[in-house]
Amino acid sequence: MSDYSLKEMMTIAAARMIQDGDIVFCGTGISMLAAMAAKHISAPQSTIFFETGAIDSLLEEVPLAVADPRVMFWTSVNGNLADSFATMQNRFTGKRVIGILGAAQVDPYGNLNSTCLGEYPRCRTRFSGSGGACDVGSFVPRTITFMQHEKRKFVERLDYLTTPGYLDGPEGRARAGLPEGGPLAVVTNLGVMGFDPDTKRMILTGYYPGIHPQTILDNMGFSIDISEASELRPPTADELDILRNRCDPHRLIL
Amino acid sequence: MVQRSTKVMTLSEAVSTFVTPGCHLSIGGFTINRNPMAAVYEIIRQRIGHLHLYAHSNGQGVDELVGAGCVDRIEIAYAGSGRFAPTCIRFRRAVESGSIQIEDYSNYHMTLRFMAGAMGVPFLPTRSGLGTDIVEKWGFSREMRRNDPRIPDDKLLVIDNPFGAWANAQKLVLVPAINTDVAILHVQKADVQGTARIEGLTFSDVEQFKASKHVIVTCEELIEDDSLKADPDSNQVPHFCVSAVVHVPYGAYPTACYRYYDYDPKYLNEYRKAALDDAAYREYLERFVYGVQDHRELLSLREAADLAAIAADPRTGYAVGLDRR
Repeated sequence: MSDYSLKEMMTIAAARMIQDGDIVFCGTGISMLAAMAAKHISAPQSTIFFETGAIDSLLEEVPLAVADPRVMFWTSVNGNLADSFATMQNRFTGKRVIGILGAAQVDPYGNLNSTCLGEYPRCRTRFSGSGGACDVGSFVPRTITFMQHEKRKFVERLDYLTTPGYLDGPEGRARAGLPEGGPLAVVTNLGVMGFDPDTKRMILTGYYPGIHPQTILDNMGFSIDISEASELRPPTADELDILRNRCDPHRLIL
Repeated sequence: MVQRSTKVMTLSEAVSTFVTPGCHLSIGGFTINRNPMAAVYEIIRQRIGHLHLYAHSNGQGVDELVGAGCVDRIEIAYAGSGRFAPTCIRFRRAVESGSIQIEDYSNYHMTLRFMAGAMGVPFLPTRSGLGTDIVEKWGFSREMRRNDPRIPDDKLLVIDNPFGAWANAQKLVLVPAINTDVAILHVQKADVQGTARIEGLTFSDVEQFKASKHVIVTCEELIEDDSLKADPDSNQVPHFCVSAVVHVPYGAYPTACYRYYDYDPKYLNEYRKAALDDAAYREYLERFVYGVQDHRELLSLREAADLAAIAADPRTGYAVGLDRR
């Protein structure tokens, strides 16, 4: 029996979704940790790559930005932005990519806002902007998004749609001209959301030990189906050991 | 053989010659890596204003130019400095208060826009952004676009695939070319003619400099002879693209320069603290930018131990075990 934080639970929940052989696009912070953990746990043949162009970085230390010099050491190839986004838009390699993102707001169809709150452009609250998120959401067949589970972040309607999920439903992406694909999961500090294969609306697939599904609903600005959800298994001692001692020994992110 | 070239200048001379008020400028690097910070500080020190700035994901360089009031308009994909400032602080204030005008794109859009400028074509296509507000919502008004010959009439355009269903794409986003007056890059090595070498990731620096009328290269090491030609596969910048070469050790500081030094977590944390408060920010600018003559003097204000701590380890190219909290 081991104690663990919700941040550790989130990281492991996402890491478990990464399959062996996946090409993993990751951003900063917890998404990087999830990708690093997956390589040590379930997907040793997965490849981490960054929008800055670094492919298969060794990551002896955890990077604090996707342009951190730590992503440049012991890579297979050091490319550039044009290469990395082409890898995802490419009809052969793009299909193998799983993207890990974060956002300020998410809607029921998994669309993301990382640009602003209020009326664009002179908004009430400004965030960093798309970076590569819009590109990843447009191109790749599967994305995982990390969110804090709060009412103001799970909204029926985004203030600004930065990154496409399923847009307005089942045929949304096709109508817009986007490739097939879309969000696989939204991982929060309370549980894991998936998407109904027919309606493409968000559903609850799993909740963490000790979290009641109703608590999850209480912290959302829209309602989701919780009937298929089950309790997720906690991180194992091995998983925690890898996460704490191999991925982030200096607790820069955890 | 020793070469002589008029391209070697002081930073002050290069900036005053090529970075003029209201010019269209792009800076190289990405978030906390290889931003041409010495040049950024020199632009601020010379109080060059009304800049039209282009960047994909520049953190520190963008925030300091915006914070010092040098920028009127910015076209950008991302303004953040990794864990040190997930959203750049002075940038955020400037957008929220309306003191700068902003146009948002994605990183791939900006890369393609520089690439189109480099290639000499008016636009390039991508499938990125279909169905999003990056396509729908414009920061620069139609009127502003119509009245300014330096920016295209449309932010971007969505078209049906002119090749029918070829390559399995129905629609495309066309993003317009960028051609700047000046691009500034910081690199590891440059020779006196302007041939330059970037080590580690190049980001979109290559597309950026090729899209620009003038290029200022600042470098860690200035090579007096033509020895960079001994390993041409490692060079990215041909000398004929370059207008000025400036020798500035630690020219990317406080951002990182691969195989030379890491980012300085202490500086970036102090910067964040100052940026959150207007009075503290003015003091910061006074002390570290206006109050010093050049980058060397800024560095002399830092503790020698802090500079020693960020020295790159020869095996990895970064400062192993650096305290980055």
